Amino acid sequence: MIPASFDYVRAATVEEAIDLLVQHGDDAKLLAGGHSLLPLMKMRLAQPALLVDIAPLRALSYVRDEHDHVAVGALTRHHDLANSPVAISGASVLAHVAGQIGDPQVRHRGTIGGSIAHGDPASDLPAVLLALGATMVAQGPTGRREISAADFFVSFFEVALAPDEVLVEVRVPKSSPGQWGFEKLTKRAQDWAIVGAVAVRSSSGVGVGLINMGPVPLRASGVEAAIASGKDAKEAAELASEGTEPSADFNGSLEYRQHVARVLVRRALEKVGV
Amino acid sequence: MRIEMMVNANAESHDVEARTLLVHYLRDAVGLTGTNVGCDTTSCGACTVLMNGESVKSCTVLAAQAAGEAITTIEGLGDEFGQMDRVQQAFQDCHGLQCGYCTPGMVMAVTSLLRENPEPTEADVRLGLEGNLCRCTGYHNIVEAALAASRVHEVHQ
Ligand SMILES: Cc1cc2nc3c(=O)[nH]c(=O)nc-3n(C[C@H](O)[C@H](O)[C@H](O)COP(=O)(O)OP(=O)(O)OC[C@H]3O[C@@H](n4cnc5c(N)ncnc54)[C@H](O)[C@@H]3O)c2cc1C
Ligand code: FES
Ligand code: FES
Repeated sequence: MIPASFDYVRAATVEEAIDLLVQHGDDAKLLAGGHSLLPLMKMRLAQPALLVDIAPLRALSYVRDEHDHVAVGALTRHHDLANSPVAISGASVLAHVAGQIGDPQVRHRGTIGGSIAHGDPASDLPAVLLALGATMVAQGPTGRREISAADFFVSFFEVALAPDEVLVEVRVPKSSPGQWGFEKLTKRAQDWAIVGAVAVRSSSGVGVGLINMGPVPLRASGVEAAIASGKDAKEAAELASEGTEPSADFNGSLEYRQHVARVLVRRALEKVGV
Repeated sequence: MRIEMMVNANAESHDVEARTLLVHYLRDAVGLTGTNVGCDTTSCGACTVLMNGESVKSCTVLAAQAAGEAITTIEGLGDEFGQMDRVQQAFQDCHGLQCGYCTPGMVMAVTSLLRENPEPTEADVRLGLEGNLCRCTGYHNIVEAALAASRVHEVHQ
């Protein structure tokens, strides 16, 4: 399968990438690891006229300790995040989950920025960022702005980035190692989650995120409220499927996915001592 | 567009379309047909090559993205006298192949794995090869081969 023809340019700076997006509008697409975009282009489900390759912007590949949070550059590859000592100590759930994405070859190419900007509800990292209460930093023609994870995932494959904005950084509040649970149901080792759940304990309570349970990654607020009011893991997890609309496919029906979500949330909650 | 990269330590330069996939650049432009195309959908790993020493699936990388980088294919592992390297040798010694279709990708994935984890356990090898499918299902001997290769300490690895 060969993509439709396109022009290819490498951006030397974020500013240059933004200029190209401004000039070319809807015809242009940013290219990071290409592990979501290229498969779509090979199937001709996406046919951008111009690819702006930002992967060579090494200055946007970093994991930094910023006192109360860990800052991750948008072009940090899953492999580098999974192996970063800073992430392992300050955001161990993020490092662990990055290490569960796809397979080693996918993790050598895919980036956190691409995973989030793509807006796929089956992706692992968005639900983790929701549960952690992360903040995204976007840069556009007029400068930088912050977007909370709760406001970022708008609808199916749609996020709160403007067409001329580049996601440059993800900030996650620090969490303690061991204070989280992550559960991902797959049929084959390398697959995307049929359903996934993550729970993270912090000073402000327990955050719970759901993978592939609707058109956007979800925060299970009903479960979180139940825990805050003193319910145990089994009782709270019963609320995990409330208000969810997972799609039905050959991997499972809506009812099956809702059942799996309740089971996985209970297991994740038990890992954080609920 | 003109695309230049190091392939197995040779400087390559070819005029190809921007949409050319790395695997087709290697097979059709450079003429190295050891890298196979299996699924063409990033699933099977048959097309695995090393980019700066790390495994990637060359059916899901544009040649343009690899421009300026160092690529190693299965042809680049042995020495100039045709002597196989430790991973290739271990696959032969352990009978780590049946039809051989997945083998170039398996060998490259094992090479990358051992670079990141020189002394893997059996579980590390099985997880490390999750991106490579063998339709002959010869996994046991492939895992044996990876472990055997990890025990060989070559002078120039
Ligand atoms: C076989 C396979 C298995 C996979 N398994 C999983 C899995 O288990 N879990 C999982 O979560 N993911 C999985 N993935 C997806 C993988 O994590 C992708 O790498 C990721 O979703 C996209 O990152 P990328 O850097 O490759 O983005 P690209 O494909 O380059 O880009 C994706 C989209 O985001 C946009 N974009 C990229 N970077 C930016 C930026 N900085 N600012 C603004 N827009 C940007 C692009 O324009 C494009 O629209 C899998 C992929 C494959 C091929
Ligand atoms: S051909 Fe590239 S992964 Fe199967
Ligand atoms: S040996 Fe036949 S596919 Fe692996």
